[in-house]
Amino acid sequence: MFGVGLATLWLSLLVFIPLGAVVWRGQRDGIGSFWDAATTPEAAAAIRLTVGSALLVALLNAALGTLIAWILVRDEFPGKRVVDALIDLPFALPTIVAGLVLLTLYGVKSPVGLELAYTRAGVVVALLFVTLPFVVRTVQPVLLELDVEMEQAAISLGASKFTTFRRIVLPNLMPAISAGTALAFARAISEFGSTVLISGNLPFKTQVASVHIFNQIENDNTVGAAAVATVLLIIALVVLLGLDLLQRWASRHA
Amino acid sequence: MHSQAVPSSASTVSSAESGSKYLMRIIGLGYVAVLVGVPVGLIFWRTFEHGLSPVIDSLTDPKVLHAFRVTAIVAFWAVILNTIFGVGMAILLVRHRFPGRRLLSVLIDLPIAVSPVVVGLALILVYGKFAPIGGWLDDRGIQIIFAYPGMVLATMFVSLPLVVREVAPVLEEIGIEQEQAAWTLGANRRQTFRRITLPAIRWALAYGVVLTLARSLGEYGAVAVVSGRLIGKTQTATLVVEERFQNFDQTTAYAVSVTLAFVAILILILINVLRPKEHS
Repeated sequence: MFGVGLATLWLSLLVFIPLGAVVWRGQRDGIGSFWDAATTPEAAAAIRLTVGSALLVALLNAALGTLIAWILVRDEFPGKRVVDALIDLPFALPTIVAGLVLLTLYGVKSPVGLELAYTRAGVVVALLFVTLPFVVRTVQPVLLELDVEMEQAAISLGASKFTTFRRIVLPNLMPAISAGTALAFARAISEFGSTVLISGNLPFKTQVASVHIFNQIENDNTVGAAAVATVLLIIALVVLLGLDLLQRWASRHA
Repeated sequence: MHSQAVPSSASTVSSAESGSKYLMRIIGLGYVAVLVGVPVGLIFWRTFEHGLSPVIDSLTDPKVLHAFRVTAIVAFWAVILNTIFGVGMAILLVRHRFPGRRLLSVLIDLPIAVSPVVVGLALILVYGKFAPIGGWLDDRGIQIIFAYPGMVLATMFVSLPLVVREVAPVLEEIGIEQEQAAWTLGANRRQTFRRITLPAIRWALAYGVVLTLARSLGEYGAVAVVSGRLIGKTQTATLVVEERFQNFDQTTAYAVSVTLAFVAILILILINVLRPKEHS
């Protein structure tokens, strides 16, 4: 029981008390002023952009991540191991480096003529970069363990390739796809480093919530920073709890 | 008739199938190439297009060297402390039953979903000079924010679940029979851990430690908030990248980025070496 106490104390000092302090500071001057601080035009625009682009990024990941996992498991092509390793690179690469890397290709004077710096499209590309591994790495192991005999049975009964995928493969992958998508969404909501350079930090246009919070901290407006941070924390908590419920549901119905 | 129908339908299926197979391959590989492969390749090319000497000049700038040292010190302590905490926490969550265990297990994942900037803000609000705990420590001459302790705390926060999440499932899987056998043979707690538990979890632990190291070396947002970004003092390698890029010193920004990317690639190779063993 000594261990439980020590772990709780440690977690409290590092995580719970500080996060509690954020929520506390956000509503220090009353719930009305919390709401005002979280919904100033600039803050509201930042939160809208963040949630909107995170949703878009999560959905793109659900489709493309599943497709990439599929070709990594079911397809054979030269250089597959390299591609497989490349998927993890966004996890290992520092986020600020990720932002700089994207700027070399999609920045000002882009060698391919695609200038995404200081645009919302640039923000979306940065979020796609850092969230690439989530769906791929949750779907891949499930796909590896999936029994091919089920699909063969469906095909021998006359189902088309597409019907087999939709009726047999997809239902089996669904828990993994939704878990990966939820993680990608949570990451996209909270992302800071990769968007800070490419977004150019233009309020109302490309400023995401994390960058907005950072500016408020720099300007000593901790109440405003804490209010927007609280909104992000609530979203993160809802996603995590939803994910936990989903996993429990999936393991009961496995 | 049956024998005629089968080959013809099989051949139409396989040509449509290979068509969709190639289409999927092109979309998937094209996406990875455009998003990750080409940009990462391009930054390496851009960095070295004027040869090696400007890169070496940038990296041996005393302020840059200092930043690398700060990154190494912060990452070192964050990895050590998170490894101890991670193993302890995993044992606690798997081997013990106590009220609130489920809740603790969910909350331990929270740092993954919290924005690094919010992490920084949270630590400032508690450990800053004008906050209750931070003020009390400051009166005793201990500075947390804008100093190493705050940067280590921030880095630990963002990489907190990585060791626990790797070690806990392995502990679950190996069960307690071997540990109980050691106990009945008279081994004490420490001996049991060192001789039985540790060898069983070593690959998972190594994997978790490497992940923690990668996260610690690359942390930017949380450290940007709590460090104060004092050049030559609390500036880390990732902070140098941002500062030099904003000040139009692209050569140094690229050189430091490529160094960090190179370390990231080394870590990826390590991860790939460790991963198969973890599942065997």
